[in-house]
Amino acid sequence: MSKFNALRLGAVAAASLATVFLAALAPAAADALADIEKAKVIKIAVPQDFAPFGSAGLDLKPQGYDIDMANYIGKSLGVKVEIVPVTSANRIPYLQTKKVDLVISSLGKNAEREKVIDFSVPYAPFFSGVYGIAGEKIANADALAGKTVGATRGAIEEQELTKLAPSTATIKRYEDNNATISAFISGQVDLIATGNTVAAVIAEKSAARKPELKFVIKDSPCYVGLNKEEPALLAKVNEIIAKAKADGTLEQLSQKWLKQPLPATF
Amino acid sequence: MLYQMNFGDLLPYWQVLARGLLFTVVLTLVSTVAGIFVGTAGAWARTFGPKWAGTCVSIYVELIRNTPFIVQLFFIFFGLPAIGVKMGEAEAAFLAMTINLGAYSTEIIRAGIQAVPYGHLEAGSSLAMSRWEIFRHIVLKQAFMKVYPALSSQIVIVMLGSAVVSQISAEDLTYAANYIQSRNFRAFEVYLVVTGIYLALAIALRALLRGIARAVFPKG
Repeated sequence: MSKFNALRLGAVAAASLATVFLAALAPAAADALADIEKAKVIKIAVPQDFAPFGSAGLDLKPQGYDIDMANYIGKSLGVKVEIVPVTSANRIPYLQTKKVDLVISSLGKNAEREKVIDFSVPYAPFFSGVYGIAGEKIANADALAGKTVGATRGAIEEQELTKLAPSTATIKRYEDNNATISAFISGQVDLIATGNTVAAVIAEKSAARKPELKFVIKDSPCYVGLNKEEPALLAKVNEIIAKAKADGTLEQLSQKWLKQPLPATF
Repeated sequence: MLYQMNFGDLLPYWQVLARGLLFTVVLTLVSTVAGIFVGTAGAWARTFGPKWAGTCVSIYVELIRNTPFIVQLFFIFFGLPAIGVKMGEAEAAFLAMTINLGAYSTEIIRAGIQAVPYGHLEAGSSLAMSRWEIFRHIVLKQAFMKVYPALSSQIVIVMLGSAVVSQISAEDLTYAANYIQSRNFRAFEVYLVVTGIYLALAIALRALLRGIARAVFPKG
């Protein structure tokens, strides 16, 4: 046998081996939903460092909006839920390497991520807005005239507000979220521009000046992330989220973890 | 890769810097005058005043000199509103700086007062000067002459320390620098320029204080 022939044989062997492997992998990749139902367990990545979506509780187990959502999805599928704590840096690699079936980790949608994974419909509100106490009548940015608004310098909502607010509004910029929160609680500013999760923290700690949403500055809700080419699983997750919205589960989760009703636009 | 300097990115923000500079200058001048006044009163209380007043001033001085300035500032701005005392960030900055300089200058001026020979006071009494006249014309003038260099340094320290008031959103020079940095991310250029401005301010302030000394204190 000539050297050339040996090479050709090797190439053919490698190609057929590859075909066999691909054939073995293909069904698994084609229907994760069937696999989950067969294994009776779904692995879901959740945050552990991002309250109120996911953080360690007193028993050191993750708890939060995302964990409740994960359990709700497991219950709806009739399978056991295996919670896998992840960080925001490794949550997409966990999904891509199939260490988890779903990522429910306050994941926002953007063009880069859409190239590598699929997204469900939104399951949780995540936005920045202007908040104030119940009495303040503010419906939009123009109504801020003559008011003082506190914001954390450099944050998205601060930069957007600088563009939106009328010139007679005073924006007080603080160095970090804690100073901004203190300024609002102590009444140094009438209103506060911040994220809904921060507002939830303030609502929990300050009964006297409970922040209520006046208007939304930037909306970037959370989606369930899953691998591409999984139409059955995607459809099922979307169906479960729609059900959660219809039966009031999402409203409950929002009240429980974000201390606010779901926004009307959600 | 080498960092590409770009000072041109600062130009659109020159008004922000100018406003911050003005705020820092006005804040420093006003709180210096008020702080020296507080310090003089405090020094009088600790040397010539009634015992209870001296004790009160001692507590004030120790409290302020042994706690961080930023904590005092936060207490005034974020803390006091809880008991109904609410003031804006400019007022809070002025108050905190005055209280701070007041405490330090109390001790500096007191040292000057104690360095005045007792015989000078007796000389004043024998000329039928009132206690106020003795304090004003004999004690205070000499005391200030003796401690003027130390006092000048403290005033410069207070001016530089005023950078902290940016933390309560008082729009001083540092606030301007932080603001610009959060917009164009030119941290190196912004802080370099602002460092230069502070340096120039400190040098100008020392020159001003020397000028005042030449005008006020007789030669000798």
